[in-house]
Amino acid sequence: MKKSVYSICGMCTVRCPIRVESEDNKITWIEGNPHLLGGALCAKGTAGIALLNDDERPQQPLIRVGARGAGRWREASWDEALDYVAGKLAAIKEQYGPESVVLSSRGGPWQQMYKAFIHAFGSPNYTNHDCTCGRNTHHASLSINGVGRKGFAYDIKNAKHLVLFGRDMFSALRIAENHQTLDMLDKGGRLTYVDVRQTTTGTKATRFFQVRPGTDYALALGVIHQVIKKGYYDKDFLEQFVTGFDELCTFVEEYTPAWAAKECGVKEKDIIAFVEEIGADRPNVIFHPGWNLARYSDSFYASRAMHILNVLMGNIEMKGGLFIPKGAGDCGKKGIRSIDCAKPDIKRGDGVGWEYPHFEKGPGLAHLFFKHMMSEDPYPIKAWIAMRHDPFSGMPDPEQQKLAMDKCDLLVSIDTNYSEFGWYSDIILPESTYLERDNFIVQQKGLKPRLALRRRAVDPKYDTKASWEIFTALAHRLGLEETFPFKTIEELWAWQLEPTGYTMADFEEKGYVELADSPVFYDREKLASQFKTPSGKIELVSEKLTKAGFPSLKPFESPQAPEKGMLRLISGKVAVHTQGHTINNPLLSELMPTNTAWIHSKNAKKLGIESGDLLELSSADKSYHATVAAHVTDHVHPEAVFTAHGFGKEIPRQTRSFLAGVSDQKLMIGKLDDWDQAGGGVNLCQVFVYVKKSIRNTKRRIAL
Amino acid sequence: MKKYMIHLNSKRCIACHGCEVHCKVNKNLPVGPFLCDISSTPLKMIGGVPRTEITFSTCRHCDDPLCVPVCPTNAMIQRADGIVYIDQEKCIGCMACQKACPWSIPVQNPDDGKAVKCDFCMDRLDAGLKPACIAKCTTHALQLVALEVV
Repeated sequence: MKKSVYSICGMCTVRCPIRVESEDNKITWIEGNPHLLGGALCAKGTAGIALLNDDERPQQPLIRVGARGAGRWREASWDEALDYVAGKLAAIKEQYGPESVVLSSRGGPWQQMYKAFIHAFGSPNYTNHDCTCGRNTHHASLSINGVGRKGFAYDIKNAKHLVLFGRDMFSALRIAENHQTLDMLDKGGRLTYVDVRQTTTGTKATRFFQVRPGTDYALALGVIHQVIKKGYYDKDFLEQFVTGFDELCTFVEEYTPAWAAKECGVKEKDIIAFVEEIGADRPNVIFHPGWNLARYSDSFYASRAMHILNVLMGNIEMKGGLFIPKGAGDCGKKGIRSIDCAKPDIKRGDGVGWEYPHFEKGPGLAHLFFKHMMSEDPYPIKAWIAMRHDPFSGMPDPEQQKLAMDKCDLLVSIDTNYSEFGWYSDIILPESTYLERDNFIVQQKGLKPRLALRRRAVDPKYDTKASWEIFTALAHRLGLEETFPFKTIEELWAWQLEPTGYTMADFEEKGYVELADSPVFYDREKLASQFKTPSGKIELVSEKLTKAGFPSLKPFESPQAPEKGMLRLISGKVAVHTQGHTINNPLLSELMPTNTAWIHSKNAKKLGIESGDLLELSSADKSYHATVAAHVTDHVHPEAVFTAHGFGKEIPRQTRSFLAGVSDQKLMIGKLDDWDQAGGGVNLCQVFVYVKKSIRNTKRRIAL
Repeated sequence: MKKYMIHLNSKRCIACHGCEVHCKVNKNLPVGPFLCDISSTPLKMIGGVPRTEITFSTCRHCDDPLCVPVCPTNAMIQRADGIVYIDQEKCIGCMACQKACPWSIPVQNPDDGKAVKCDFCMDRLDAGLKPACIAKCTTHALQLVALEVV
């Protein structure tokens, strides 16, 4: 039988809308939702079919029988596996209290279910991957605008100029956003790109700054200086909505374009010419404040500077600028119900909220658990449940993490794939792929907000379950039915939709329900109430930061240069892989089976290597090495070595990715403790590694 | 008469290699063969900005295809609209077509040993749809061009 369903892609966390065709329970076609993306889908999206058919993913619950990480498993039934997890959780709760259980997941629209589960269990310790992603940007936005990083979205299509600091958007592949940017460029818009290396995004740019690693903040300060000097800012907007402008003026006085040019290794005249362009293009200039800005010890301040530039442009809540994402209430509609449970009033185990009062409690900061786990302060952590999150691939120094994890009585991995954490854990609960599972309805905020959901396109190929089934089953075993009362997904959908007046039939036509016919903008004159800062205005100088002992306007400090024989490790994305989780996908591994090391031709000459020769990358303490091919180019900064993130896996059941390439995380020895004190993000680019020509380049032939 | 060709708007192409995967999944091909290809020249600084030239290549569906007459089983066929395709029933996998083609376009499918190549997804075209590479191109950079006699 032929079937067509609208759903949401699950190959990466962009979650593009898709339409899936199947025949007799076999997928025949996946495309981007024609109503939203005109069919467009990336390689990863199409490779979903290979994820589904891959027999190198867990096919039934697995319980560890050997030592942790040894890879010895026995197959278990779901009943046994769920009883095992629930039993252990109940025993830990009994002995150590519910707070000794941590649950981590990826962020995103479905995290509320995982959060509700752990809160209902009695633990405040929900966390996610954001310490290695958007936390610095989030806290930067909160400190200035009073709203988090998702408090603004970007109307790129109608902008005249988009400025990206190291945000390689054409490799990150948010398809709708990519369309917007290309449409803007087609209309004659400008794209300025700043990075330590050249990327696909850079090849579409109209202006490119290849900066010294760790100097984004300096460039932004130089631009702010020149913008103010030339008067290219919105005086009315500043007067009406912004405090701290005078302090900013005094602060940036010394940060001239000439100074910035020297720090960044770019030309002063290019900075000046750039400011002339934005002077002409404003207010429709968008400075993207960063996505993954967990990079340098001043990334929080770099992000603040980008936010400040948006404020100076006066581009808030307008066509071709930043806008506040709207929800059901803004469209005069009732919102959906969501699974929810209040957070227990117990100190967090990562120190957020009490040891670090300046961070938003929300998901806390995952990397800060480890030192607290080691010292058992404020209490011991005895279980870690990783919900499609791989701490060992996402955060630095997995061996250091393992020391803390070893203090746990229970490590659970819920995932469609084997993850590095999963391989080390005590039990793997295999989740169905996104093509085989339903999920609850979510609201997608925007200028035209929508309700959308993921639908099962085919039945599970193996003995796997959807995450809602897993959490509901665990909840029922642990007496948490109050938070998880439903038994079927249909019951859950009906309960969610009840206040809205919509029914599931309303999703049939397009796969989503649009809550507004035309873009919703707020009255710009009444914007003040939107900024949730203490003063109700945009605050360039934040008293909250001052109180926490951090300056709002921090003087720039030049980044450290690598020692002899070492380079700064920079990692990033490629268009055909999603961080760690697609490296073993049969179709995607065929496109890119391993990563390489980008090295500047000057360094390559010194090492006596050419493109294709093998390089050895070693961690600072020489406890981890990997050998990869060199990609010799002038398009990476001479202080840096670049590699694509997610490789260097050591999971034998994933034969295609096993030991392929180098893992950036494993090179980051001791870096769990190197994080941005003001923003909370991990400093993923504050890592120096040894780079030398590999001994394995021999041309001699010994074998017959 | 050749009726179709595929055009790449290289201003919109981001070399994401989506088309290659869309194509081979639609044709249900295993690891190994690709029927179309995206290639980028090494980066070069032009006007202060690094540039690359991106090219999409697949079967040219020649007006006078060399692969058709060499096929010993008449499996390689040119349709009236110019599409050159392989009748999988007749193909014996001798790969004479690959040797005859100046660009070695036909490739062998390791699953059944038969030759396989781009046929502009003619089943889709005939159903009023676009070829897979075009229909799902991530940035709508690939376009189907219908040629007309002027």
